Amino acid sequence: MSLSQINFVRQEMLPQQPAPLSARGAVNWIRANLIATPKDAVMTFVALILLAWLVPPALDWLFIKAAWFGTDRSVCATVAQGGIQPDGWSGACWAFVGSKFEQFLFGRYPLEERWRPILVGILFVLLLIPMLMPKLPHKGINAILLFGILPVVSFILLPGGMLGLPFVETALWGGLMVTLILSFVGIAVSLPFGIVLALGRRSKMPVIRMLCTMFIEIVRGIPLITVLFMASVMLPLFLPQGMTFDRFLRALIGVSLFASAYMAEVVRGGLQAIPKGQYEGADSLGLSFWQKMNLIVLPQALKLVIPGIVNTFIGLFKDTSLVSIIGMFDLLGIVRLNFSDANWASAVTPMTGLVFAGFVFWIFCFGMSRYSGFMERMLDKGHKR
Amino acid sequence: MRDGNERQQKKVLKMAKKILAALVGAAVMGIGTHGASAATLDDVKAKGFVQCGVNTGLSGFASPDASGNWSGFDVDYCKAIAAAIFGDATKVKYSPTSAKERFPALQSGEVDVLARNTTWTINRDTALGFNFRAVNYYDGQGFMVRKGLNVKSALELSGAAVCVQTGTTTELNLADYFKANNLQYNPVVFEKLEEVNAAYDAGRCDVYTTDQSGLYSLRLTLAAPDDHMILPEIISKEPLGPAVRQGDDQWFDIVSWVHYALINAEDFGITTANVEEMKKSPNPDVQRFLGVEADTKIGTDLGLGNEWAVNVIKAVGNYGEIFDRNIGAGSPLKIERGLNALWSKGGIQYAPPVR
Repeated sequence: MSLSQINFVRQEMLPQQPAPLSARGAVNWIRANLIATPKDAVMTFVALILLAWLVPPALDWLFIKAAWFGTDRSVCATVAQGGIQPDGWSGACWAFVGSKFEQFLFGRYPLEERWRPILVGILFVLLLIPMLMPKLPHKGINAILLFGILPVVSFILLPGGMLGLPFVETALWGGLMVTLILSFVGIAVSLPFGIVLALGRRSKMPVIRMLCTMFIEIVRGIPLITVLFMASVMLPLFLPQGMTFDRFLRALIGVSLFASAYMAEVVRGGLQAIPKGQYEGADSLGLSFWQKMNLIVLPQALKLVIPGIVNTFIGLFKDTSLVSIIGMFDLLGIVRLNFSDANWASAVTPMTGLVFAGFVFWIFCFGMSRYSGFMERMLDKGHKR
Repeated sequence: MRDGNERQQKKVLKMAKKILAALVGAAVMGIGTHGASAATLDDVKAKGFVQCGVNTGLSGFASPDASGNWSGFDVDYCKAIAAAIFGDATKVKYSPTSAKERFPALQSGEVDVLARNTTWTINRDTALGFNFRAVNYYDGQGFMVRKGLNVKSALELSGAAVCVQTGTTTELNLADYFKANNLQYNPVVFEKLEEVNAAYDAGRCDVYTTDQSGLYSLRLTLAAPDDHMILPEIISKEPLGPAVRQGDDQWFDIVSWVHYALINAEDFGITTANVEEMKKSPNPDVQRFLGVEADTKIGTDLGLGNEWAVNVIKAVGNYGEIFDRNIGAGSPLKIERGLNALWSKGGIQYAPPVR
């Protein structure tokens, strides 16, 4: 008699069983998550009341009562205000957004030249999407195209004035286009600049360390709005008459410098989190400074501070609307500018415009935030919570 | 050692002082030379366009139209000036300026003319170094309140919260008026008119004060216009007009006479539609005005072509047409002519003769 005949030994795994009924299903989920304790139940109840109180009127205002089509203010104004809606009506005026939509995208960019920003936009999307997907190959070429070639192409296409393209001055640019250019340039410049500044601030060479520290502390210590205002109001007083820097360029430089200073501190936080042993290990392998940084320190440090980096990006994206104080009209600026169009003046126009602008900003910021979450999950090796 | 250090410190300090002094001197001189710069007309002709400072958005005066082009009462003045110089109303570039930005923009030469509903005051005419002469819109500051407050006069507004735009004469007039009448008030100030409007409509203040033209545009955006009333008091004179830098009389003349041409055109009954026909008018005044009189120097004396008035009217129409199209009966604002009617029709818009 062999042993196997006496003892029962299972040779193969049993298939996994579904969880017992008491631990699955919608009812159980509600029980476990919403009404597990009396305190939970009360809080759920309060939250439901709040939602019931807030959501239906919001949906009603945004969609059901909204005025979707029209060519002037009458569709968004009540009879008392000289429109067609019944008295006491209030709803979103999407007709306003619809009729101004192109302006919100391109500002006052000439109609017949709008294919240029559209082309740049398409190129940008075509290059950005493969860049963001880690599985796709040829990241090097992609990066060169996105960060090297595309800016050059945009620099030729958008202002024009060469290759037979009519010149479109930056004062005519506006809307989402300006917001995106400012934030893309700010992001693309601030990351490498920030890394260099962070390394400089931790450098052992006193002059470099001092310069980097001074730059970071000075730039961080001044509000962006002050710099923009100084650049637009005071600078022309000191320059010889007729000599002006392009306002858009001033804004681009200001925003990029600012983002770099903030980025430097975020990156420095990551550098400080890397144990000394990592540096020493790299040194003992005989790696040069840049090899050490590129191969050992930065990959670890940057991964740690992804939330901080994206935080800075999102902050930068939203800060771009400050350029409206120097007479440039970003998305928010152009939306607000259009409130003054008497043909669309109504009680609900400003609210609708701001909801629209807020929604567009939210889409971009939420997109960045989700992507950073994805990167964190993909890169977290050994730090998983 | 210590001595050496101190001496060195003193040396550095001295040098810093010298550098600072040089910088400040350069800056002051820079401002000085700008004020006295001459021949704006030549500059404008050389660069091929008029740089015109406008509002960053004021209903009827400067706002974007459906396709995003600037339009409005002030904008039409910019176009008129361009038409007078180039015979082409499109040769304008607009600089949207906030209430605070507008004066440095004109002082620094960033704009050639400021057509931005700017009140002509002695301070702006003298100390700030600007010149005003043509008044294209006679405005005055008024108050709007909710009917529910049961206020019949501005003198009953003691203790009220007043919404007002900052950096304007409106803000100063408000302070003066309440001080003169010994009343207390809480100013609620905002940078942008649209913010003031929203704050008032949301009930953040009891009283809204701005120029009457602004009250008309506010009325379009209030949720319930019938719940509000305008108090009878007009507390200020607000003559609005285009401003230029001091020290360039030729440019000043051009800007002023563009306005006078618009008034004269309305007076003569010359419109965009009939300007070519009117050239054949037997009236010698009209002939002279339109530059068809023999041996006329009506334009060359200004440094322009003799057809400048024709070009202005072809481009934007006469004063009445501009008013009507942008802020008057033909616009959503429906502002009455009132003081801005011609002197012959009960207003005070009056132009010297073209002769």
